[in-house]
Amino acid sequence: MKRIYVNEKWCLGCHLCEYYCAFANSNIKNMVDALKDVTIRPRIKIEELQSISFAVSCRHCEEPLCVKGCISGALTIKDGVITIDKNKCVGCYTCVLSCPYGAVSPSDHGVMQKCELCTQNGGEPACVKGCINKAIVFEER
Amino acid sequence: MNYVIIGNSAAGIGCVEGIRNIDKDNRITIISDEAQHTYSRPLISYLLEGKTDINRMKYRPDDFYKNNKCDIKLSTRVTSIDNEKKTVSTDKDEIIPYDKLLVATGSRAFVPPFNGLDSVPHYHTFMKLDDALALDNDVKENSRIFIIGAGLIGLKCAESLHYKTKNIIIADLAERILPNVLDNECASIMQQHLEEKGFTFMLADSVEVFEGKTAKMKSGKTIDFDVLIIAVGVRPNTELVKAIGGNVNRGIVIDEHCNTSLPDIYAAGDCTESYDISADVTRILAILPNAYIQGECAGKNMAGSDCIFNKAIPMNATGLLGMHMITAGSYDGVTHIVKSDDTFKKLFVKDNRLVGYIIIGDVLRAGIYTALIRNKTPLDSIDFELIKDKPQLMAFSRTDRAKFLGSVV
Ligand SMILES: Cc1cc2nc3c(=O)[nH]c(=O)nc-3n(C[C@H](O)[C@H](O)[C@H](O)COP(=O)(O)OP(=O)(O)OC[C@H]3O[C@@H](n4cnc5c(N)ncnc54)[C@H](O)[C@@H]3O)c2cc1C
Repeated sequence: MKRIYVNEKWCLGCHLCEYYCAFANSNIKNMVDALKDVTIRPRIKIEELQSISFAVSCRHCEEPLCVKGCISGALTIKDGVITIDKNKCVGCYTCVLSCPYGAVSPSDHGVMQKCELCTQNGGEPACVKGCINKAIVFEER
Repeated sequence: MNYVIIGNSAAGIGCVEGIRNIDKDNRITIISDEAQHTYSRPLISYLLEGKTDINRMKYRPDDFYKNNKCDIKLSTRVTSIDNEKKTVSTDKDEIIPYDKLLVATGSRAFVPPFNGLDSVPHYHTFMKLDDALALDNDVKENSRIFIIGAGLIGLKCAESLHYKTKNIIIADLAERILPNVLDNECASIMQQHLEEKGFTFMLADSVEVFEGKTAKMKSGKTIDFDVLIIAVGVRPNTELVKAIGGNVNRGIVIDEHCNTSLPDIYAAGDCTESYDISADVTRILAILPNAYIQGECAGKNMAGSDCIFNKAIPMNATGLLGMHMITAGSYDGVTHIVKSDDTFKKLFVKDNRLVGYIIIGDVLRAGIYTALIRNKTPLDSIDFELIKDKPQLMAFSRTDRAKFLGSVV
């Protein structure tokens, strides 16, 4: 299956992926309205230190500890894609405890959120489309 | 092939999914003495608070049994296993044959023989959906609640009643709250937070005698209550396996394949003992992730695969009235403390490995620490100072990062 892969060699640390992610998941039509004066909570996040930077988002693990450990049954894996049912999540943070990559985080609504490969947003993940240096790709490996 | 699973909770469901990973067709029978569709046990406190409801707290969707070709027998108790004839008997006088059996009977509330407990008109325990509904029914606006046990179950129960009543007293024999998950220092932070929210604690104290709806404490204090909840601990349901000579210590003894000492009988979840790799000891780890993973591992093996689970560690994530905490592993070795305005963190390092941690406050990305414990990562292979400050992948080598972010994991 296609996943998001990151090559830190090409990452400029520009944070555009974070903005595209937040916009894509905001359900707001206009980018300015979605992002202006808001603290964004993207599902992909840049780590940076001196000259190194890279983006981290859900790896869609083959043996996902977040799904297996989810106490509510909100996290599921289907055809390799891990998604969260916001209706079922109670925000217990067991997935935060479980994820080896630190890729699950709270949303604005108390429940958790994570990268779902833009399956709800149609087509190619927004972070990949928006990455100007192709440091983030969506492909089969 | 005929699979039978006793228990319809995390371990039992894990087993179904493990079996169906490999065997799509053969019959699975699940037997449960509870009446409900599989539900998420830890959510019973969230149910009382209104953060979920009976429908949303289902652990798997309504069509789960159908989609997985399971026969489900609810409100049915297994009374014995005949391991020679390979059958289980139920309280409905059925005899059900199995080729492979999973015992996923979980645990039950332990109620110590308190003096005078029989003079209390009614007391509650807090383990099952029915317990939660009964409690909800009994607790009124401003009821005086007395909870014995300041462990996770007692405190989650207290939290769930907090919106109805502020009259909540919690007693524990231990001198700190959450004695099994926190150390003294961290427990006092959480205790202070909960006291600010209105809880009253009576620690290092216990009930001398009950006289109706009054508890006389060993300390000499007297507590008048409307509702009594006993949450001092849980005991694994091991009797079925013990009765047929299976190896049982405090929990059912299983190996890395989740096999019991008896052929074709597996066990998983709260009814078993696990090998805790963070402390190198065998102990009961009554936590849901462990139950699911053991159940899934057992299921795969029951269906003929060769699956091993050897990464069990104690771990927990809990929020209590707005304050989050995440803990994992064992609290042994050299302690590193990191404090900030809103966060208190302790990392425990032994023999070049992270063996445990406690974080109260900002718990984001804590799973990166959990992975260090599970994988026994040598700390000299990462930048420990960096990761001590904050869990981050930057602390790993470039090669490791390339693996994490550039390959299928
Ligand atoms: C209030 C509360 C909060 C919790 N919070 C957390 C949390 O935040 N995180 C966490 O990791 N864990 C938590 N836990 C623990 C978690 O619920 C358990 O670890 C998990 O449910 C274990 O799953 P299991 O399948 O092994 O057993 P159980 O969930 O105990 O299920 C066993 C089932 O088998 C049935 N059964 C037993 N004997 C028989 C028989 N003879 N015949 C038929 N059926 C039988 C039982 O009635 C039960 O339905 C919490 C528990 C409680 C009570």
